[in-house]
Amino acid sequence: MAHAVQEQTRAAAGPLALHGLSVEGVNQCVHCGLCLASCPTFAELGTEMDSPRGRIFLIKSLAEGRIALGEATARHLELCLDCRACETVCPAGVPYGRLIEAAKAEIERQRPGGAGRRLFRWLNFGVLLTSPRRLALAAAGLRAYQASGLARLVRRSGLARRLSGTLAAWEALLPPLPRRAERAPLPALIPAEGARRARVALLSGCVQSVVFGAHNRATARVLARQGAEVVVPAGQGCCGALNAHGGDHARALELARRTIETFEAARADAVVVNTSGCGAHMKAYGHLLADDPAWAARARRFAASVVDVAEFLAREPLRGPLTPVAMTVTYHDPCHVVHGQKIRSEPRRLLAQIPGLRVVELAESDWCCGSAGLYNLTQPEMATRLRERKVGHVLATGAEAVVTANPGCILQIQAGLAARGAAARVFHLVELLDRAYPAATP
Amino acid sequence: MAVLTESRKASLRRELEAIVGAGAVLADPDELLVYESDGLTLLRALADFVVFPVSAEQVSALVRLANRESLPFVARGAGTGLSGGCLPAEGGLVISLMRMNRVLEVDYDNQLAVVEPGLVNLHLSWTVGARGYYYAPDPSSQQACTLGGNIANNSGGPHTLKYGVTTNHVLGLEVVLPDGEIVWLGGRTRARAGYDLVGVFVGSEGTFGIATKIVVRLLRKPPAVKTVLAVFDAIDHASAAVSAIIARGLVPAAVEMIDQLTIQAVEDAFGCGYPRDAAAALLVELDGLPFGMEAQAARIVQACRDAGAREVRTARDEAERQLLWKGRKSAFGAYGRISPAYMVMDGVIPRTKLPYVLRRVNEIVAAHGLRVGNVFHAGDGNLHPNILYDPRRPGEEARVVAAGAAIMRLCAEVGGSISGEHGIGLEKSDFMPLIFSAADLALMQRLKRAFNPTGLCNPGKIFPTSKSCAEVGPVASRPHAIEEKGLAQRF
Repeated sequence: MAHAVQEQTRAAAGPLALHGLSVEGVNQCVHCGLCLASCPTFAELGTEMDSPRGRIFLIKSLAEGRIALGEATARHLELCLDCRACETVCPAGVPYGRLIEAAKAEIERQRPGGAGRRLFRWLNFGVLLTSPRRLALAAAGLRAYQASGLARLVRRSGLARRLSGTLAAWEALLPPLPRRAERAPLPALIPAEGARRARVALLSGCVQSVVFGAHNRATARVLARQGAEVVVPAGQGCCGALNAHGGDHARALELARRTIETFEAARADAVVVNTSGCGAHMKAYGHLLADDPAWAARARRFAASVVDVAEFLAREPLRGPLTPVAMTVTYHDPCHVVHGQKIRSEPRRLLAQIPGLRVVELAESDWCCGSAGLYNLTQPEMATRLRERKVGHVLATGAEAVVTANPGCILQIQAGLAARGAAARVFHLVELLDRAYPAATP
Repeated sequence: MAVLTESRKASLRRELEAIVGAGAVLADPDELLVYESDGLTLLRALADFVVFPVSAEQVSALVRLANRESLPFVARGAGTGLSGGCLPAEGGLVISLMRMNRVLEVDYDNQLAVVEPGLVNLHLSWTVGARGYYYAPDPSSQQACTLGGNIANNSGGPHTLKYGVTTNHVLGLEVVLPDGEIVWLGGRTRARAGYDLVGVFVGSEGTFGIATKIVVRLLRKPPAVKTVLAVFDAIDHASAAVSAIIARGLVPAAVEMIDQLTIQAVEDAFGCGYPRDAAAALLVELDGLPFGMEAQAARIVQACRDAGAREVRTARDEAERQLLWKGRKSAFGAYGRISPAYMVMDGVIPRTKLPYVLRRVNEIVAAHGLRVGNVFHAGDGNLHPNILYDPRRPGEEARVVAAGAAIMRLCAEVGGSISGEHGIGLEKSDFMPLIFSAADLALMQRLKRAFNPTGLCNPGKIFPTSKSCAEVGPVASRPHAIEEKGLAQRF
């Protein structure tokens, strides 16, 4: 070959799309590569198919019909954490999250996988996440399994190791579920304390309400102390974030519509969210439903009212008096808070207001811990590598505790610390704020 | 380019896997496609394999295998290069160094570090930053580009003006030569006995071998830094200010110019604080001892005002300074907001010709029916016209190439060069005769043959291909005397 220049004019066909979802954003990527070093999977593997630029190139090539969706391409796209760290550094503004969601939906269409994979997805996306009642039932069953000693038996018997990779990961990751009282729904209304500043609706979440009901209670208490009247709309369910990230587009739309409807009825000034993936996803409802004339305007309005709990609280100084919390902590940025919602300084500003608290910075604090929605279940090997990387940095700080703001990160980092036999604890940001109040209100 | 048969490919793959391991060889066509370009998407070439060694010994074994099999090979870092320098122009092996990215040693007392080639430039400064040191060469892609790539291209950056380019900061290199032998060039001190082979190797664009260990100098962070932003309503005024600053005997660490189109793109990207309506802005940085810096800054401000700046201000704090630099260093990528592709030129001109050349560049690009954004190292006279285009429109790629050629000719005409820091690579190889005589090129060919006699190591780069020389001029299209005698050949 004399020269590598090839005039390669592609027919300017219609807009690029996968599974009916626009991926025109690929054309914003000018291949500069500034994203490479911020991508956790690229840092681990060094292979460009596992970098943002490489994945965008694969998505573009798929949409243009240059390549078919082969096993290798599907594997590299599925290995993406959807952490969106690349969006934070991308000067071209490539809407990477949307591109990868479209690609994952296309993978589901073309390569739904074997019976095991389909069952796993149906169980999670179709059965549990779509119905708070079924999720609560499953939680009750799980709690019984854990409390009965069966869990210990399974672990000791080595059965867990013989389960397939993802099932074993589930088994290792599952926290001891709280008692029934903590899994119970929050009161429908928690009145503001002191001067009322706003009426907010709280997303209690699907998995969150089952596993971390205590965080929801702490969130409501802290919001009330800050002057917010908190309503907790009954009948709310999953926001659809896990479905969207997992390529289950149709159910994601359905859950989005249902969430909007439920929260509109609450007539709140803002919808407060304390889980990162949900907040980022609900803020993107406007885009998600843009092609649905009946819902587009409603979705945009709703999305504009969504705030992360740290974002909301940081708008005003914390109302005192606050009691000291004598502890050295470090802060881990959940991906969909820091990259998905660009909230970086707010949690740190809140922590800085807690007397007695010493905050040390964490190396790679805005790197994914490997939790990434259901990622630690679907990609256990990479999830564990990133968990180890994260825990290594945490231990290097010497902090007694890690503060973060997302249930997935909390479970993942807890599991990582436990695996190393480390004593450091993991808190949700609202738990520490809650501790800083002299006498917590009920 | 020889096409490998399936059976030969399969046996080669087994041999490659025996060297680097099964998880370190790519051969699937869809995966190889991802490696078809670097930061310059205009040029594309496919490898037969991409391999990921983790040691000099593995690199050496790969190179020996390539020699045995007459397979071309080329090293690749992060693939942020801008001249197609790491493309496998004739197929064969791409040797990715991304799994060799460790800092092996930091010797603070002697102000040096020993690193592997896949280390990201900025990560070195992060590693030594807590102790008050940094690595000075700062190409704008430093958050992603690797030191190995910097060595290949003798990369510069905004602070080149005061601190010099990569070669001024490299003390020694462990190199796998094109025949697989492992040698050391230079060492750990600045004095070099014998031929300065480090100087020869740095900037050889991967045609003299593959660096596997790099000894770099570390500098103490300057105790004081001052960053001035000067805003102009006319590009000519900004150009005049550059000359005025240098003429007054001031030595800033950096003098960068950024034009309106570019300002608008970076403001859309990160909201860095450049005024969107400015025709051009200068980013001028002073660093060093605090003593006398205020007075120097005042003279720079005055020089800008005298040249017609409408506003001159100093970054209030480190955060504002970082944001201004973030805008400057993200500029190329930010063009993605206004165009699906660009080709960046890298010409160097005498500073005094800045106003004339910038005007001509804009005219040339407009005459080709395209747009251009300028963001560049004005203090060095190192231009970066970014020609924006849409590869989906038939004929645009050809017009970009033509406009680029005209810009290179312009730079050569005013006594400059076709490249400052991005390398010749594939992109500019046919234009070497614009600035070098046949005898000059023949000497370079002889040097290349000394290191790389088979030509398997990164073929197709730097030197003009005889086929396409006609468009540049007759001088290179004739075989040179030494070629006729068989002493050199074109690759």
